[in-house]
Amino acid sequence: MADKKSDVVTSAGSAVSRPDRLQNPGFEPEHTRVHDESPERARGAERGISLLFALSGILSASAFALNFIFPIVPGDLMSTRYNNMFVGLAIASGLLCLGIGAVHWAKALMHGHELVEERHATRGDDATRARAVEIFTEANKESGWTRRRLLRNSLIGALVAMPIPAIALFRDLAPSNRPEDVLGYTKWEKGVRLTRDPNGVPIKASDVTIGSAFHVIPENILEIEEGFLNEKAKSAVLVMRLPLDALNEAEDRKGWSYDGIVAYSKICTHVGCPVALYEQQTHHLLCPCHQSQFDVSNHCAVIFGPAARPLPQLPITVDAEGYLVAQSDFLEPVGPSYWERLR
Amino acid sequence: MSVATQKKSTAPTSTGAGMRFVGGMSNYIDERTSISGAVKFLGRKIFPDHWSFMLGEIALYSFVVILLSGTFLTFFYDPSMVEVHYDGSYVPLKGIHMSAAYSSTLNLTFDIRGGLLMRQVHHWAALLFVASIGLHMLRVFFTGAFRKPREINWVIGFVLFILAMAEGFTGYSLPDDLLSGNGLRIIDGMIKAIPGIGTWISYLLFGGEFPGNDVIPRLYVLHIMLLPALVIALIAIHMVLLIINKHTQFAGPGRTNDNVVGSPILPVFAAKAGGFFFLVFGIIMLIASLFTINPIWNYGPYDPSPVSAGTQPDWYIGFADGMLRLMPPGWEFVVDGYTWSLNLLVPIVVLMLFIVIVMIYPFLEAWVTGDKREHHIAERPRNQPTRTAIGAAGVTFYAVLWAGAASDLIATHFRTTIEGVIHALQVLLIVGPIAAFWMAKKIALALQRKDRELVLHGYESSRIVRLPGGEYREIHTPLDEFEQWKLVSFDEYAPAQLRPNARGKITIGARMRASVSRFYFEDRIAPVVTKELESRTH
Repeated sequence: MADKKSDVVTSAGSAVSRPDRLQNPGFEPEHTRVHDESPERARGAERGISLLFALSGILSASAFALNFIFPIVPGDLMSTRYNNMFVGLAIASGLLCLGIGAVHWAKALMHGHELVEERHATRGDDATRARAVEIFTEANKESGWTRRRLLRNSLIGALVAMPIPAIALFRDLAPSNRPEDVLGYTKWEKGVRLTRDPNGVPIKASDVTIGSAFHVIPENILEIEEGFLNEKAKSAVLVMRLPLDALNEAEDRKGWSYDGIVAYSKICTHVGCPVALYEQQTHHLLCPCHQSQFDVSNHCAVIFGPAARPLPQLPITVDAEGYLVAQSDFLEPVGPSYWERLR
Repeated sequence: MSVATQKKSTAPTSTGAGMRFVGGMSNYIDERTSISGAVKFLGRKIFPDHWSFMLGEIALYSFVVILLSGTFLTFFYDPSMVEVHYDGSYVPLKGIHMSAAYSSTLNLTFDIRGGLLMRQVHHWAALLFVASIGLHMLRVFFTGAFRKPREINWVIGFVLFILAMAEGFTGYSLPDDLLSGNGLRIIDGMIKAIPGIGTWISYLLFGGEFPGNDVIPRLYVLHIMLLPALVIALIAIHMVLLIINKHTQFAGPGRTNDNVVGSPILPVFAAKAGGFFFLVFGIIMLIASLFTINPIWNYGPYDPSPVSAGTQPDWYIGFADGMLRLMPPGWEFVVDGYTWSLNLLVPIVVLMLFIVIVMIYPFLEAWVTGDKREHHIAERPRNQPTRTAIGAAGVTFYAVLWAGAASDLIATHFRTTIEGVIHALQVLLIVGPIAAFWMAKKIALALQRKDRELVLHGYESSRIVRLPGGEYREIHTPLDEFEQWKLVSFDEYAPAQLRPNARGKITIGARMRASVSRFYFEDRIAPVVTKELESRTH
């Protein structure tokens, strides 16, 4: 709060001052407008602007009327389109006439000369600043803010502690279990059939021809009442059949496919978009959100884009009736990475 | 040139019934509010004129349009994720399961009079709001209007820009359609990448697992209450500071750092600005009645499994999405069982750094120049070549990220490979800003040289004369003193001298400042001075 006289003269820093710089020549002579000189033109402008305002009123009223001329008829989408367009155009032209009229009035007919206002330093003047300092000093003396340090510090401590209860209050924004207890598991388990998304029709291994791709959800997911989308967001799977010679399988995953049919999580390991585009010639999957590409013939290894991990593989086989079923859940959490993912 | 000192308020000459009513009314209000003080203080306040000063106005007026249209939308929109069967007039989606939010948005679109219009007005106005704030910030940046005493207002404006994007994103998510749902999914993925707390933040935000049943009502509360309250409060402070600091003006004859030249609020500025509000409103209405925006009925309700090719966020989120796309594969590692997703953390940190630099730039430049004076003259970008070059580099960085968000569309439109586009943009992200810096600086310096030429030798008149000796020469028309003044009146800085401080030491801070100052002001063109003008030859 120290107020030194010296900071009224402010430093110009590394600014260059040239004593021989050109001097401000002062204001240019005023230009007069045609409307200032010719009363006739001024009257013309006045009539034109009044006409714009009148037109604006008429257009606004017509926007009201157009609602009845082009009503929204339930079930007729064209009626919505016409209503939107004609009512909108009428309102828009009404607004534009109003705006053009007002601006033109200001520019053509109102007092046209520029006015000058002096600026003053933004800082308060010395007397005001001195009084402010005096007030703070008095308040400090009267309250003992700096003198009674114990009092002040305990107050600050209390204020800091005040928001702590909020941390607990916000806990119930989410259910009481821990995220890592649910994020790592899906509805897939031993024997659950692979069914088509969205109708839930089970898929026979023989339906999956070479080159085809199926969007798949677990059979048991359609019974879910609460949290269907949550489960679907983890359980969505892509099933593709590759020629056996195109499929490179790791030793420990040899039994996870069935006769060239493989199942991979559809949820991108980058930020969770569905990896929905399958190029059957190259056996590549492409995520349309950020263009990560995965090589299905190589356990969905990342071959391009920002994703860091392969798509998790779902071990599958067929049941007695020839339908594709899961051997178990995924063996790792699906979807985007998170801090506790591998804990 | 008349001076805006308060003329004695001439008593109304005509005392018709209307005048008597207005007079009586004013008296009634003033006796209860002392509002005449406000009229005295504000009524003849001067606002300088320049087309670029209207960018901030567009932002303000589009925000008013957003408030009006948004209020209409809240009357019909149902922020609920309860599952319903759609039974409205849009046949292709009849009988489909969807959230009440999506269903009510469809009803609002197809069955409510003016519903589609208001949705489109709201969305177009929101796009215009963010765009005009961005352009307004660029104007303020390139003209140095952020300098003392306006640094705080720059920071407030910057926060408004961030809030505008937050408003945009939350609003974009509310219809709960397939496209915006994927946008939320991406946000969820980004949040989960934050070390230590990310999983929990996502879990609390979504009320459990993604997508849950809570996120739409929560975003709705943010979108229509918390964020607008902040925006309104900050706009109010922004305006109060504008009035206290008064508007900047460009250099010109008669204009100095100690005056403001322009139109008074009453009547000219009020008429122009009021008219301009209706123009902005009218243009938004015109676009909304003719051009579809966000046709959510084509996307379908949110479902985590399908997605369409060519997904893109609204343009103002594009730079962040582009940054995600430009990361090379495999940037993730695990330490002690905990996952570090650098493919998301690096973009988050780089973008944060970028916007923090934007926010603190006024303080950085003030530190470099050491200039503690108030500045009320808006500078021409060419007269601060290094600042202009820094701005150009920043704009290029942003533009490359932005192009990144459309990488797939660029690839399909120009029939090239997606990999090629990404690799080209990765290179451009580094090289582009450097090249833009270099070019912008060269161009700014060249323009300054041209200004010097003009002041010293005048315009080429295209009049060729033959001198007695047979020599041909073009006659140059000298500038008048007013034109000259516009070209020579700018602030000039020299690189800071490295001097020991009071205790005879050269601190590291001083060394740093000296080298940054050299970087800024080494290449400079001095304004023409009187001596040069007197000794000029034609």
